[in-house]
Amino acid sequence: MSAIRAKELYKVFGRRPEDAVRRLREGESREDVASSGVTPAVIDANFEVPPGETFVVMGLSGSGKSTLIRMLNGLLEPTAGEVHCGDENVTTLDAAGLRRIRSQHMSMVFQHFALFPHRTVRENAAYALQVRGVDRRTRLAKADEALEMVGLAGWGSRLPAQLSGGMKQRVGLARALASETEVLLMDEAFSALDPLIRREMQDQLVELQHRLGKTIVFITHDLNEAMRLGDRIAMMRAGRIEQIGTAEEILNQPANEYVAQFVQDVDRTRVLTASAVMDTPRAVVSDTSGPQAALDAMREGQVNAAFVVGSDQQLLGVVGAEAAASALQRSGDSLREVLDSKATTVKSDTVLVDVFDASARSAMPVAVVDSRDRLVGAIVRETLLTAMAKLRAGEEAAGTTESGTQPDGDVSEVDHG
Amino acid sequence: MDEWRIPLGDWVESFIDWLITVLGPLFDLVGTVLKETFEGLQSTLNFAPAWLMIIILAVLGGLARNGTFAIIAALGLFLIALMDQWEQAMLTLALVLVAGAVATIIAIPLGILASRSRAFSNAIRPVLDFMQTMPPLVYLIPAVVIFTVGVVPGIVATIIFAMPPGVRLTELGIRQVDAEVVEAGHAFGSPPNAILRQIQLPLALPTIMAGINQVIMLGLSMVVLAGFVGGPGLGQQVLSAISRIDVALGVEAGLSVVILAIFLDRVTAGLGTRSTVARQKEAA
Repeated sequence: MSAIRAKELYKVFGRRPEDAVRRLREGESREDVASSGVTPAVIDANFEVPPGETFVVMGLSGSGKSTLIRMLNGLLEPTAGEVHCGDENVTTLDAAGLRRIRSQHMSMVFQHFALFPHRTVRENAAYALQVRGVDRRTRLAKADEALEMVGLAGWGSRLPAQLSGGMKQRVGLARALASETEVLLMDEAFSALDPLIRREMQDQLVELQHRLGKTIVFITHDLNEAMRLGDRIAMMRAGRIEQIGTAEEILNQPANEYVAQFVQDVDRTRVLTASAVMDTPRAVVSDTSGPQAALDAMREGQVNAAFVVGSDQQLLGVVGAEAAASALQRSGDSLREVLDSKATTVKSDTVLVDVFDASARSAMPVAVVDSRDRLVGAIVRETLLTAMAKLRAGEEAAGTTESGTQPDGDVSEVDHG
Repeated sequence: MDEWRIPLGDWVESFIDWLITVLGPLFDLVGTVLKETFEGLQSTLNFAPAWLMIIILAVLGGLARNGTFAIIAALGLFLIALMDQWEQAMLTLALVLVAGAVATIIAIPLGILASRSRAFSNAIRPVLDFMQTMPPLVYLIPAVVIFTVGVVPGIVATIIFAMPPGVRLTELGIRQVDAEVVEAGHAFGSPPNAILRQIQLPLALPTIMAGINQVIMLGLSMVVLAGFVGGPGLGQQVLSAISRIDVALGVEAGLSVVILAIFLDRVTAGLGTRSTVARQKEAA
C-alpha cells in the first residue's frame, strides 16, 4: 500500500475548469487551453509514494508544484482525479474528514515557516497536538521532544521573532514532527534560507529521515537539493510531470530534451554514488586463507592488493603484495596479522566527490561496502578517472543538443552550491 | 421646481413611523436596557468620591502605559474636579463607555463577517460610509422620535456614529494576517472557528484595538452633541454655556472634554501596544 497516491490529478484555475480538463484530456496543449482564460496548474499527475520514501517534486516557479502539494492534503480541491492517503480517498472527504486527515496523517512545513508569532516556540511545536485535543502537559512534552530532535532544546520559551531563519524553520519542522503523522509535506521548506544554512538543514533532514522513516513529499526548485534529498524525483514543467526516477536515472536516462537540458549543469560527482562506478573487486581472499592465496589472487586479478573478508563477506582490511610476500617469507604468519585494517572504505551511497578524497589518501584501491560493512565492490584510481572522462563526454554530448530551445523559466535559479 | 421635488425625507419619516408601530416593543426594550446600564454605570462612577476615582483612573492609565502617564492623568483629572465639572465628566464617561461597548460588541462580529465574505464586505462598506459621513446631528432626530428625549437617543446616535471604524479595522486586521500562517492552521486540521480564535484574532488584535480606540474617540465627540437631545453630562454644560453665552462655563466644560478625550485615547492606544504580538514585533 502506498502512503500517497495521485491518480490523473488535474487542477485548473478560472472559469469552467471541468471544460478545460476535458480539452486537456482530449490532447489539447496547455497553451491552447490557457488562451481561453483559464490556468491549468497541474495536468494529469500520476505517482505513488511508498511509505518511508522521500519523494521530491522538482520544478521552476510556475510549474505547478505548490498546487500539486496542496491537493495532497486537500488545501486545494482537485478539478479532476484522485488523491489517496493510505487507504483513504482524500478527494471524497468532507471538511471534517479533511481536518482529520491533516491532523492525524499529514503535516506540513512551509516555505516562509508560517510560525505563529504570538506563541512561544514550544507552543508552536505543540500546535498540531493542540488541534487534536491532546492535553496541555502531554503536548508540551512532545513538543520539547520534537524541538530536541531538530536541535532546539532549550529554546522553547522564546518567541519566533527572536530566532534566525534557520532556527525558525527548525521550529516549523519540529511542529510537523511533533504531530507524529506518517506523511510530511514540505513546500520549498529550505528555499528561503541562505545556502550554508540550507545545506545544514538538508543534512539534518536526511539524518532525521534515517531515524524516523517518514514518508516525505518535498517540493523544491533547486535541482541539487532534489538530488541530495530525493529517493525519487518528479521533474515538473508547465503543470506536467515530465519524468519520475532516482537522481541517477534522471541524470543518465533523461526522458526528454527538457529534463536533459535541465540536468546538464549538475555536478555529477555530487550526485552519482560509488555504486555507479565501482567494479567487482578483482582480488578477494578469506581471512582464513594464507598469504600465498592472497598473492595468487593478486596475480590472477593483476592487481597489487587484495581485500580480506571474514564470514558473510564482512570487510576486514586490505593486504598489499609486499606485505603478503614478507608474510610468506616469515612463513606461518596468517593474513590477519599483516592486513591493513584501516583500508580506505566508502559506503556504496557515498557520492563520487567524496570517493576522490578517499582515493587520494591511499594508493590501495578503495573498498566499497554496503550498510552492513560487507564488501560489494572496489574502485581503483583508473576506474575513477575513466568514469570522470565518461561523465565529461556525456555532459558535452548533452551540451551539443542544446541548439534551439532552452528550458522554460530561469535556469540560473538552480543552485550549484 | 416644486412639483419635481422628491419627498425623500417624508418617505423616511413615514418609514420610521411604520418602524415604531411594528418594532415599538423592541425599541422600548433596547431603550430600557441602555438606560438602566447607563444609570448603573454613572451612579457607580459618581458614587465614589472624586479623589478615589482619580486614583483609580490614574492607576489604570499607569497600567496601560507607564508611571509618567499616571501622574499626568491624575493632574488632568484633578483639574476637572477643581473646575467643578467632575460629576458631569463622570456622566459623559459613563455615556461613552456604554455607547463604546455596545458599538464594539456590534462592530467586531460585523468586521469578522466582512473579513470572511467578500460579498458581505462589499455590501456593508457603503452602509459604513453612510453612517460615518451623515452629519451626526441628523441621527439625533429619528433617535428622539423613537426613544424620546433623554439619555437613550444620545447613546443610540453615538453607537451608530462611532461604530464604522470598529468594523473597518477589524476586517482590515484579520485580512492583514499572513495568509501562510492561516494556511498553516488549516494544514494542521484546525477548524475555522479555532483558526479565528487562536490565530486570526490574536494577530489582528493591535489593529482591532486601534479600531476600538477610534470608536471611543468618535463616541466622545458625539456624546457632547447628545446634550442637544437632553443627554446629561459635559454636553449639556456646553449647550447651556452656548445658550447663555457663558464663556467661562464653555471653557471649563470644553477643557474637561479635552482632558477626558486625551485620557481615553492614550489608555486605549496603550492597551493595543501591550499585546503579545506588538511586544514580539518590538523584540524582533
